[in-house]
Amino acid sequence: MSIETISLSGRKKMVSNKEMTFWERLYLVAIVKGLFITLKHLFRKKVTIHYPEQVREMSPVYRGQHQLKRDEQGRENCTACGLCALSCPAEAITMKAAERKADEKHLYREEKYASIYEINMLRCIFCGLCEEACPKDAIYLTTSKVLVPSSYEREDFIFGKDRLVMPLDVAIKNAQLNNAN
Amino acid sequence: MMVDGAFIIEKSVVIVVVFAVTMIMAMYSTWAERKVAAFLQDRVGPNRAGWGGLLQPLADGMKLFSKEEFFPNTPNKFLFVVGPAIAMSTALMTSAVIPWGDKLHVFGRDVILQATDINIALLYIFGVLSVGVYGIMIGGWASNNKFSLMGAVRAASQMVSYEVAMGLSMIALLMMTGTMSLKEISLQQQGMNWNVFYQPLSFLIFLICSFAETNRTPFDLAECESELIGGYHTEYSSMKMGFYLFAEYASMFTSATIISVLFFGGYNYPGMQWMVENVGVNIGNVLGMVALFAKVCFFIFFYMWVRWTIPRFRYDQLMHLGWRILIPLSIVNIMITGVVILRHQIAAYFGF
Ligand code: SF4
Ligand code: SF4
Repeated sequence: MSIETISLSGRKKMVSNKEMTFWERLYLVAIVKGLFITLKHLFRKKVTIHYPEQVREMSPVYRGQHQLKRDEQGRENCTACGLCALSCPAEAITMKAAERKADEKHLYREEKYASIYEINMLRCIFCGLCEEACPKDAIYLTTSKVLVPSSYEREDFIFGKDRLVMPLDVAIKNAQLNNAN
Repeated sequence: MMVDGAFIIEKSVVIVVVFAVTMIMAMYSTWAERKVAAFLQDRVGPNRAGWGGLLQPLADGMKLFSKEEFFPNTPNKFLFVVGPAIAMSTALMTSAVIPWGDKLHVFGRDVILQATDINIALLYIFGVLSVGVYGIMIGGWASNNKFSLMGAVRAASQMVSYEVAMGLSMIALLMMTGTMSLKEISLQQQGMNWNVFYQPLSFLIFLICSFAETNRTPFDLAECESELIGGYHTEYSSMKMGFYLFAEYASMFTSATIISVLFFGGYNYPGMQWMVENVGVNIGNVLGMVALFAKVCFFIFFYMWVRWTIPRFRYDQLMHLGWRILIPLSIVNIMITGVVILRHQIAAYFGF
């Protein structure tokens, strides 16, 4: 087979340089045809998803909405090392470290912990690099199907520890489940 | 005609109503444009402000009002303000001569549904339309910005060249109707005697030219975003910008009306005569207004439909189409019309 006739996609077309006829050069026919193509779209089903009333179907591997994990004893894993913030391409993470007091051993696993931990959800691109960088298994992107809720205030998109840290009862339940297995 | 108090009141009411309708139509054209655009692209368009987004134009207006009034570093502050004012007023002035209906019979008087019936209505429209170029030209010039200036120059040369073709296409129609008063032209098209069936070529040329005159796609080179940012209104903000946008929609409305009146029988609908005689003057004429309105709405839709179908012309293509196709075509059309009108005389001359 010669190279000119090979067509991998099966849709190869020869370019034609034929002169346009008078009717083709008028373009009116083509314009009317085009108008009817767009008119057909007028009655098509619309693809818009009315967020936030409707939510898009997510694929099973979807991961969004970070969570700061607790360990089996309900202590926060994060040690405020800043590696997640460093790895974040969108520079969405900020934090402030604090030293664990003697009476806080049941709250934080490491001696140093994040007293403030914020992710700006307007910046985050949900790439998951923070999760990969974390040496303490502290931050994870969850399977939660809830997207960042819409809001009129920018401040509402900066998620602090109150919205990121895993709830204590969930941690306890997880620990119980693990023990049962 | 007697000029008395009632006459003045009657005319004022007609004028205010026409003005209000033009404004509302222009407002809702912006909404319709977005809706049509969305639907043609399989989207749903604005739907948050009010039911189906019906309050969107108000929200847009409010937004424009609250924007900063920006003045570029220009020596022509006065002209900078005059530009949008001219654009706006010319867009609104054309509606003065359009017959919205024949007449209503209220309070024992016949109310003519037209702001004024002048015998040079068509010339008036052409005159006002060409003054509209100044709005764009002055605005673009006073902006002291090369993109604005280029947009304005494009708009001006485009409008001037298409006005020629538009005028010539009109001549053929005028030869047939023998009058320039829009009222009489409407009356001549009673029933289904619409001019479009007699002058299809003239209609086509007029339609294409009115796209160019209103600066709509495929002839919107004046505000071609990919080359000229915003064209002549690049430097405008706040309500002055709003005026330009509004003027575009208002002139779209008036040119849709002019097309309906000149070629599609204006307020006439089949059986109007019968309705007026048997059902009543008022009902017959209200239906007529509805008919005109329906035609106008169709043409506004058509403008938008074309906008979201056809890509923009290149500048040389635009000039080529205007000067080398439309103008000769309309001259040929004039000749054909002349031959058809004088066919008996010509036949007699050759002795048939
Ligand atoms: S998911 Fe990516 S963008 Fe979002 S916080 Fe983590 S590293 Fe940054
Ligand atoms: S979440 Fe992980 S990477 Fe980020 S500061 Fe805490 S321990 Fe370090």
